[in-house]
Amino acid sequence: MKRDEIINGFEKKAENLLSMLHEIQDSKEEHYLDKEDLIAASDYLGLPYSFVHGVATFYTMYSLKPRGKYIVRICQSPPCHLMGSTTISKELMKVLGVKFGETTEDKLFTLEMSSCLGVCGVAPAMMINDRVYGNLNPEKIKEIIEQLRREK
Amino acid sequence: MSFYRMHIIIPMDEEAVEHGAIEVKRELSELIEKNNLKDEVKVIETGPVGVVGKGVVMIIYPERLYYYNVKPSDVKEIFEEHIVKGRIVKRIEHDYGEKRAGKIVDYKTVGLTREQKRVVLDRCSIINTLDMEEVIAKGGYSAIEKIISEKIKPEEIIEEVKNSGLRGRGGAGFPTGLKWDFTRRTPGDEKYLICNADEGEPGTYKDRLILEGDPHKLIEAMIIGGYAVGAEKGYIYIRGEYQLSIERTQKAIDDARKFNLLGKNILESGINFDIEIKKGAGAYVCGEETALIESLEGKRGQPRKKPPYPVNKGLWEKPTAVNNVETLANIPAIIINGANWFKNLGAVNSSGTKVFTILGHVEYPGLVEVEMGTPLKDIINIYGGGVKKGKKFKAALIGGAAGVFLSEKLLNVSMDYESLKENKAVLGSGAILVMDEDTSIPEILFSILKFFAHESCGQCSPCRIGTRHLVDLIYKIKNGEGTEKDLDMMLKIVETMKETSFCPLGQSVIMPVKSALTNFKEDFIKILNKKNNEEVLNA
Repeated sequence: MKRDEIINGFEKKAENLLSMLHEIQDSKEEHYLDKEDLIAASDYLGLPYSFVHGVATFYTMYSLKPRGKYIVRICQSPPCHLMGSTTISKELMKVLGVKFGETTEDKLFTLEMSSCLGVCGVAPAMMINDRVYGNLNPEKIKEIIEQLRREK
Repeated sequence: MSFYRMHIIIPMDEEAVEHGAIEVKRELSELIEKNNLKDEVKVIETGPVGVVGKGVVMIIYPERLYYYNVKPSDVKEIFEEHIVKGRIVKRIEHDYGEKRAGKIVDYKTVGLTREQKRVVLDRCSIINTLDMEEVIAKGGYSAIEKIISEKIKPEEIIEEVKNSGLRGRGGAGFPTGLKWDFTRRTPGDEKYLICNADEGEPGTYKDRLILEGDPHKLIEAMIIGGYAVGAEKGYIYIRGEYQLSIERTQKAIDDARKFNLLGKNILESGINFDIEIKKGAGAYVCGEETALIESLEGKRGQPRKKPPYPVNKGLWEKPTAVNNVETLANIPAIIINGANWFKNLGAVNSSGTKVFTILGHVEYPGLVEVEMGTPLKDIINIYGGGVKKGKKFKAALIGGAAGVFLSEKLLNVSMDYESLKENKAVLGSGAILVMDEDTSIPEILFSILKFFAHESCGQCSPCRIGTRHLVDLIYKIKNGEGTEKDLDMMLKIVETMKETSFCPLGQSVIMPVKSALTNFKEDFIKILNKKNNEEVLNA
């Protein structure tokens, strides 16, 4: 199984927990960590399950709920807010038909909020999986989402 | 080796890639190849140049002409007209940079392409900083060479850094030499050097530019730092969102290992040092050094009690120096040029240069490296091109979310640690968020407080509960339902948080709140007691 392969690739050191969780999550189509993933990581590293659960819920990049193929993360920090991210958020909710933290029915998109993405020069900005999109406006949002829907 | 008559630089960053920079480069390289010009014209891919919002940028040397928003379909015309015939393609937006060789070719007097004072970013946008040979040819790793060949001792390096007056660029401004000295003097068999690249302060992306633009500079600095403090292992903690930074820095580390610049017995000097990248997972508080250490150890990123400070008990309780990316990037130049050279740059008690990110309502948002002490208005007006669309300046938020709102009265302030401190402000991470006359300060403060409430780690109650209450209060106020009493309550909360919070996150919320309520009081007063008021609701 994929998960065991990933886990066995790490040295048995507690410091590897974050990287391990990242890799397990990235390897899954639904971009999330389930209970078994956490148990497997805690067994391998010899850490209490509660500890691993604590770590997985502390950081915003991990999810314990299944997510869509594309994770849309809109930057909510002050520079983006100033440049109109509220309008963008509304447009995204409209186009996708979901609220923040939710996944579309076709399991294609999950809408999330994000802290500063560090691309403030092109604010308002968002990230879809590893890719950054800047200088957003409602038309551009529609275009991007439609394109991804076509690509599936 | 060929002598090239023309160099064409294509900076790659997230934005450029999105706009087709890879296609532009491929197209151009193919045309050059096909027309047998590859011994005359060289295409170079570099890290970001600091111009943003302009899509794919192409810089043509020797004339130093910038083309903006280049599309793959423009490449053929640029090639035929400019590269072959030497005529500028006027149809495409373009711009000359600085003054050159005494001859002024500059038709614009503003913009980010103006001459800057670059120490940290000197190699970005000039060479392909991921090509080891180019890096070395342009002075990369020469500080290491100097240390080895002149047999400079760790203590001498620390002395030099102390004398240079270099202070931390992450926000707190602690003298770097002193931090290294403490780490070196603490007894211990193992010591560590950590580079804090968990850049999360809203409005700041200077470290990303260094990680993507010149990672070898950081690696060189870390080898020197490790040698100085007595560490054989270094970590770069990069925030998880910076995927491109992680990839580029990892490549640079791999290359440095191949050249024996990392690993055992570096260049046969007896120095051992290696670097590992650790990827964060999304937590603003991890920018605080002890929270970062916790996270690096694989735990929840919650700050530790200080003292003991990391220099005494850091990573795995061993003496550890934690330095910001930009701070470290100054080190090679200090070793090569000496402490006095560095001290002559900048202002009193604020040596050197600073990388500022200019954002918000300015004509040219982006990044600029200038000497410490440059007046705020010059950064905004000269490099940023002034307030967008000719509107009036209202406020600038300096130093990110944990920063201070400055009004027009303070536009003349010098951007250095001491001058800002005199004006109850902080340099912070160097973010400058400009707001025009139409901006609602309560609205921006709402966004800041929402951010803090989200990022509070929850460990101590003043911060966890305080930030939540502040959001409720500002929400009420911005919707016209607030009263004088609510404003007083906000001040009371932030003051309590300053006194009682466990770490700088909770302690610093006072800065944006107090400065907004003091310098822009009228903005708040005019929307108090305006429940159901159309004007407020539509604002």
